[in-house]
Amino acid sequence: MYHYTDFDAAFLKERNAQFRAQVERRIDGSLTEDEFKPLRLMNGLYLQLHAYMLRVAIPYGTLNSAQMDTLAMIADKWDKGYGHFTTRQNIQYNWPELRDVPDMLDALGAVNMHAIQTSGNTIRNVTADHFAGAAADEVADPRPIAELIRQWSTDHPEFQFLPRKFKVAVSGASADRAVIKAHDIGLQIVEQDGEIGYKVIIGGGLGRTPMIGKVLYDFVKSEDLLPALEAIVSVYNLLGRRDNKYKARIKITVHENGIEDIRARVDARYKLIRPQFTGVDQQMLSRIEADFAVPQFKTATEAPYHHARQHDPLFKSWSDTNLTEHRAPGYAIVSISLKAHGKTPGDASSSQMRIMAGLAKRYGHDELRISHEQNVILPHVHKSDLPSVYAALKAAGLGTANIGLISDIIACPGMDYCALATARSIPIAQEIATHFDALKLEHEVGPLKIKISGCINACGHHHVGHIGILGLDRAGVENYQIMLGGDGTEDAQIGERAGPGFSADEIIPAVERIVMAYLDLRSDPSETFLQAYRRLGLAPFKAALYPQKQASAA
Amino acid sequence: MSKPFTPSVITANALLEGDVIYQTPFGWTRALEEAEVLLDEAHADLRMIEASAQAGHVVGVYLAEVALDGAIPRPIHFREDFRATGPSNYAHGKQERAAQEHI
Repeated sequence: MYHYTDFDAAFLKERNAQFRAQVERRIDGSLTEDEFKPLRLMNGLYLQLHAYMLRVAIPYGTLNSAQMDTLAMIADKWDKGYGHFTTRQNIQYNWPELRDVPDMLDALGAVNMHAIQTSGNTIRNVTADHFAGAAADEVADPRPIAELIRQWSTDHPEFQFLPRKFKVAVSGASADRAVIKAHDIGLQIVEQDGEIGYKVIIGGGLGRTPMIGKVLYDFVKSEDLLPALEAIVSVYNLLGRRDNKYKARIKITVHENGIEDIRARVDARYKLIRPQFTGVDQQMLSRIEADFAVPQFKTATEAPYHHARQHDPLFKSWSDTNLTEHRAPGYAIVSISLKAHGKTPGDASSSQMRIMAGLAKRYGHDELRISHEQNVILPHVHKSDLPSVYAALKAAGLGTANIGLISDIIACPGMDYCALATARSIPIAQEIATHFDALKLEHEVGPLKIKISGCINACGHHHVGHIGILGLDRAGVENYQIMLGGDGTEDAQIGERAGPGFSADEIIPAVERIVMAYLDLRSDPSETFLQAYRRLGLAPFKAALYPQKQASAA
Repeated sequence: MSKPFTPSVITANALLEGDVIYQTPFGWTRALEEAEVLLDEAHADLRMIEASAQAGHVVGVYLAEVALDGAIPRPIHFREDFRATGPSNYAHGKQERAAQEHI
């Protein structure tokens, strides 16, 4: 866990004091909204449909219990007692009042947190694999380099007014749990001849024009990474289009100029700026790495875990779906589902936050993670403690055994909150979850990722959902398009649009037709939805989705 | 011939709370039913200028089309319906206040 230095603390204090004064000047009329808006966005404050929204960064998704407790306190004191965890590992408060926001930022600052650059055309919160530091398949922990990138990008004078927002994600394993190929820059830690370095992928992104990122460099040495990143963003800053908002992301810059041209420009820029990086960043990285030292794992009998699995069917079901292999013997990674059937994906009440914080403190080496799939992770829990952890989670409405299943849905806030949305996402997610829960089909269907966005900007990652749903406004009525076969992992793939959209009433039966078709079509129960889709293609699923068309064509 | 003017209200968000507000002949209200309905374009343009001049208290002023239920304005587009009500996943926002006032 990174601990702020005196420099970090002083910087944040000054920044918060500046914003406090800016809010005061807006309220007393010294600043117009046009003047104030870029200032509030730089500090994570949006004005949404019903109220302001404060987006707080959770860098690389890592929290300790004191930070989670503070998020709960903020929810109670200045919001409506809950928070919404997002696909970029942030937390959003949907109901703050303008006058309270400076106090909220000070409260965050007290636990080394902030909302800087969670909006605006800057380098945004750096995200990472939510199993970082715990996953058995990891080459190295991605969080130290993510923290270095956070420090480098925060208030970086050259990159405060980029052509458009800029998102960086880091993975420390070859299995991609951070959707790195759908980011402006995706970094994968790799090992080459015993040396740790980085594969650099650029130009990925979802939104209006979805693109899978392209490899810029296969291997960049650790000491060369920051200058390489600076060169990339610098080239984009000059070359990226500012004439058209919809063509301003680096994915379009790469697409229009070609990866070879971009590489030549980045190489040239890199050559120019490399001498300015004298190794200070590597000294800082060493200090950061020490902060992320591996916890002192305990050794204990796993007997209580095996006993619970044998005697408690609910615990067995939960441990089948919500645990992931840990690198340390006797340990497991616990995914806490924020997707109880019928609840809002990614929402946690303040009391739930406190319970998760308490469990992290007591059983989890004081660590929590937020996943881009809008769940909370306890990365280091000894198996002997799992029955106690599960009992506490279950009592708090956090024991849903559905990780990776049909009701573990990503959904953006949609038109229930977002000023940009064209349709609602949350009620669709709620209905799909309750519908398949009632059918008792969830475990039979197996691994299936549904991702829902309420507009073309794709915060809900619908392009990389096995079933992706995009909510649109068609002549004043909510309409939902379906995409199939998307994949956000190392085999990243943009889904294919299935055909005409469905009304809000029709979308749940439509999803059911796809799922039923899969159950009929799969070669055996071990063939997942995505595997079946890759084997068979769109056609049989499309036939199930649009039965009337088939009938009229026959 | 230009499209006939659809009856509209002037709406915005309150600067301090962010809450949805509507212009009335005497100021602003939090309730759509109390909004001033504008029936012709020239009058709407004039009222928009007046509303926009109050940038010290309100943010993001625009005209929203309404249907008339007698003299009472109702939202036409579902976005305006949500703005006038609140989110669908919790009874927060205007619906929360309406429920409290009912009690």
